[in-house]
Amino acid sequence: MKNTAFIRMHEALGAKIVPFAGFNMPIQFEGVNAEHETVRKAVGVFDVSHMGEIWVRGPKAVELLQKLLTNDVSKLVDGKIQYTCFTNHLGGIVDDLLLYRFDAENYLLAINASNIEKDWKWMQENNDVGAIIENASDTTSQLAIQGPKAMATLQKLTNVDLTTIPYYTFKVIEFAGLKDVIMSATGYTGEKNSYEIYFPNEYAGKIWNAVFEAGAEFGIKPIGLGARDTLRLEMGFCLYGNDINETTSPIEAGLGWITKFVEGKDFINRAYHENLKINGVTRRLRGFEMIDKGIPRQHYEICDADGNIIGKVTSGTMSPSLKKAIGMGYLKTGFDAFGQEIYIKIREKLLKAKVVKTPFYEG
Amino acid sequence: MNIPDNLKYTKEHEWIRMDGDFAIVGITDYAQNELGDIVYVEVETVGETLEKEETYGTIEAVKTVSDLFMPVTGEIIEFNEELEDNPEIINSDPYGKGWIIKIKPDNPSDIMDLLDSAGYKDLI
Repeated sequence: MKNTAFIRMHEALGAKIVPFAGFNMPIQFEGVNAEHETVRKAVGVFDVSHMGEIWVRGPKAVELLQKLLTNDVSKLVDGKIQYTCFTNHLGGIVDDLLLYRFDAENYLLAINASNIEKDWKWMQENNDVGAIIENASDTTSQLAIQGPKAMATLQKLTNVDLTTIPYYTFKVIEFAGLKDVIMSATGYTGEKNSYEIYFPNEYAGKIWNAVFEAGAEFGIKPIGLGARDTLRLEMGFCLYGNDINETTSPIEAGLGWITKFVEGKDFINRAYHENLKINGVTRRLRGFEMIDKGIPRQHYEICDADGNIIGKVTSGTMSPSLKKAIGMGYLKTGFDAFGQEIYIKIREKLLKAKVVKTPFYEG
Repeated sequence: MNIPDNLKYTKEHEWIRMDGDFAIVGITDYAQNELGDIVYVEVETVGETLEKEETYGTIEAVKTVSDLFMPVTGEIIEFNEELEDNPEIINSDPYGKGWIIKIKPDNPSDIMDLLDSAGYKDLI
């Protein structure tokens, strides 16, 4: 099991540590609901250093990325970020990720911790064009600083005006007296003006202390993976391994907006996904909220009123912000209209729910 | 960790306390802490007689679903309805307001065979 550069901080703060994607990670500090509320109302800090970082460089970088990724890399300009995914040959997704363009020959991919080795192998196997690929996952740390007071917290630590870094853009800045910190206006919580920062492991102690000191007046707190999951689910954001995987098409998953069938972009298995887009899917990922009392959980069956199976739950929880049980799952077409009543099979009972638009939570 | 001396305990982290002819059952402070924020408790066995160690209900934390087990054989008389809207009182007061069911034990002396506070402390 690996540790991030912040393991001692987590232990000192009394975190409950669990193995996750090959790392010892804090699942919670004071409690999921309290941490969730900290992020929605103030500011929280997530150690997301388990996530992977892979560089793609050189004159062939774009060619490789256009082949591997569903979103249109040619639309990126320096300092911009795209949400995108790798597709496999089987109609599914290898991973979903953020793609950062530093310049025409330097791109950074921020990938899921659980997929680092798989992605690395996938990229090497498919790199017949001769791009340069570097895996910087073990030497790069990452913190997510999220919530309404995130900007005010981080602004104290840099001279760069953070309002010049809009959503889904980044800058390489001096931060907390340290050079070359990547300040990215992104996140997995739905909070506006929130950030993810990337830096070498050696900076970890100094940055952690500086951020907590700067945020003290706003009640800044460390946040575990438990609240990370409830926060992202309230936004209807997909979690790889739950809502998307090797067998789900981005078209089925509602990720058509990052799947670009443009001329000259022949990404892996494009024809399959394009056919789904043109001729229609047989199932679609949807959000739903419970009407009857009960909490949907991953793998529970979704049924029609007669008990016929029409899908499966991929994620579910009691939403801390809404105090409602919410979930996502793939529904057979015909049952995926907003407002449609569906039934979740919980402990052999069919409990009523209805299909709703995401995000569940609107700030 | 709070482990009151006047209660009896099971390996499944339930506590039980005699109350006249009846007994009150809940989960321990250790259990609520391990589970984390409790968001749902379901007991649909009121009126039934269940054997020791049978499942009488379900307790859900944010990330987990766990069964609730009978500490002794008996009839389930009452479910703490306060838990329907405020399941988090199990976190804040596991031995008091966060009690879960009232039962009528078939044989009250069964309770004496359960763990005392020292025995439960050794277990956790």
